Amino acid sequence: MSELNKLGLAAARNALRAGDVKSIELTDACLDAIEDASALNAFVHNTPDIARSQAIAADVRIAMGDTPAMCGLPIGIKDLFCTKGVPSQAGSRILEGFLPEYESTISQKLLDAGAVMLGKLNMDEFAMGSSNETSVYGNAINPWRRANNSAELTPGGSSGGSASAVAADLCLAATGTDTGGSIRQPAAFTGITGIKPTYGRCSRWGVVAFASSLDQAGPMTKSVRDAAIMLEVMCGYDSKDSTSVDLAVPNFEAILTGDIKGKKIGIPKEYLMEGMPDEIEALWADGATMLRDAGAEIIDISLPHTKYALPAYYVIAPAEASSNLARYDGVRFGHRAKLDQNDGITEMYEKTRAEGFGPEVQRRVMIGTYVLSAGFYDAYYNRARKVRTLIKRDFEDIFSQGIDAILTPATPSSAFALGETWDDPVQMYLNDVFTVTVNMAGLPGISVPAGLNSQGLPMGLQLIGRPWEEGDLLNTAYALEERAGFVTKPQKWW
Amino acid sequence: MSIDESTAARVAKLARIKVEPEALPALAIEFNNILGFIEQLSEVDVEGVEPMTSVTPLRLKRRMDVVTDGDQQKKILANAPDAREGFFAVPKVVE
Repeated sequence: MSELNKLGLAAARNALRAGDVKSIELTDACLDAIEDASALNAFVHNTPDIARSQAIAADVRIAMGDTPAMCGLPIGIKDLFCTKGVPSQAGSRILEGFLPEYESTISQKLLDAGAVMLGKLNMDEFAMGSSNETSVYGNAINPWRRANNSAELTPGGSSGGSASAVAADLCLAATGTDTGGSIRQPAAFTGITGIKPTYGRCSRWGVVAFASSLDQAGPMTKSVRDAAIMLEVMCGYDSKDSTSVDLAVPNFEAILTGDIKGKKIGIPKEYLMEGMPDEIEALWADGATMLRDAGAEIIDISLPHTKYALPAYYVIAPAEASSNLARYDGVRFGHRAKLDQNDGITEMYEKTRAEGFGPEVQRRVMIGTYVLSAGFYDAYYNRARKVRTLIKRDFEDIFSQGIDAILTPATPSSAFALGETWDDPVQMYLNDVFTVTVNMAGLPGISVPAGLNSQGLPMGLQLIGRPWEEGDLLNTAYALEERAGFVTKPQKWW
Repeated sequence: MSIDESTAARVAKLARIKVEPEALPALAIEFNNILGFIEQLSEVDVEGVEPMTSVTPLRLKRRMDVVTDGDQQKKILANAPDAREGFFAVPKVVE
């Protein structure tokens, strides 16, 4: 078999089980592709020795007839996940040199299921960004380019390295995390599939925290089926994360029939944003038609507090970040600034954090500090939490009216050029306008590639599901994927 | 709500991030931009609405109040920038 790195999880798994290919062959194909793709800056810590030894172990397991879900499948891990003995920096200078003494629950589950870790993937610093431009490792680059134009495009963020690596076939799949859209937006920008499960489905233990009430991990894959396979392994209760939920995890792949007859799909009018490109609007309408053709009922709905989700997010997420990132003080791990003779502990904190955090992280930590400070707590933080209650209530009302899933664009644009929106933080925040509501309400959301724009760049559609019903959501996404028939891959230039 | 340079300096101090005085004017402008964006929230009628404490209605799992972990001093200190004699070392805190 040639170009084994181009396989998805399902195809590679079937080939491994049939004895047509060995994990070490798949792994070497990916390692070669990674070696060849340094221009994308997707993988930032390569672990070829670990990968090869895991691949050999997987081949032994398979030979003995033991084939768990991810057995022998080479994947990339976002740098936000702590991986034992392997650099885990969250894309930040402040964690330079940090070697975790433990493995995150999610990466452990994947390894237990036989997965092969190829290395760690680039990301925005502490997952704060929508373009992968805040990373200490430098920008990750989108393998897609505009037609007849060699400008470098962003793969999106924060899981930009994961998206770039999967789209460029450097790995079969990758882990991502999503606080406001960090799985779904980069998936849409790179023509791949990404799902954020219901808050509480995946353990957050060992995942560097950004905003704990919003953060969820999820898979980034080449198809909906692959997402179902990998998500099932990642889900489940973990006693080390008290917010992880003790619910049975269904066999998601078995739910994929593509039959969505009679399903009620809501189209929220508030997602028709001013200034949205016509192509995105047309894609959205096409998506609704595809689902209708598959037998679903399309219903216009209203989610009245949609426009307040983003401003509320930019209170709550920085507030939680300012608290979570207080741990980076130069004492227990990571970077400590060089101190002058008379510097005390306060100078140590202040210099360490000024040197260790990049500008966007500093900005958000300080905004969070401000909205939590005496005199402003009620006006900003409490008000934002009340608005969050209303946003969630919008969705509850719609679901109680029998809506099964909601269809929206995944992003308000396709991938933009690096540096394009960098001067204005608020402009950058608008990238998450369609995805952030889902985190605020704790719901599952999936981005499915659905078409190309006139410049030849991928565009994605988002489906939002009922809480804990990832299986049903994946099945609707599967029906959409079948009809969209998106198969285009980026032309190799790297 | 408008943030001036002295408020920006106070916030930087509270966040324990050193900001050079010459960077304060630009920082204050950035804060004002972002807070201006957040200001829309004041349009929303939140009368009688409870602030969200947990996005999932499920009760957190409890466990027995017992020691389940520990005795790993070496691992805990392994990543410290300065560890001495089994402790984290920091500059002098009290005179």
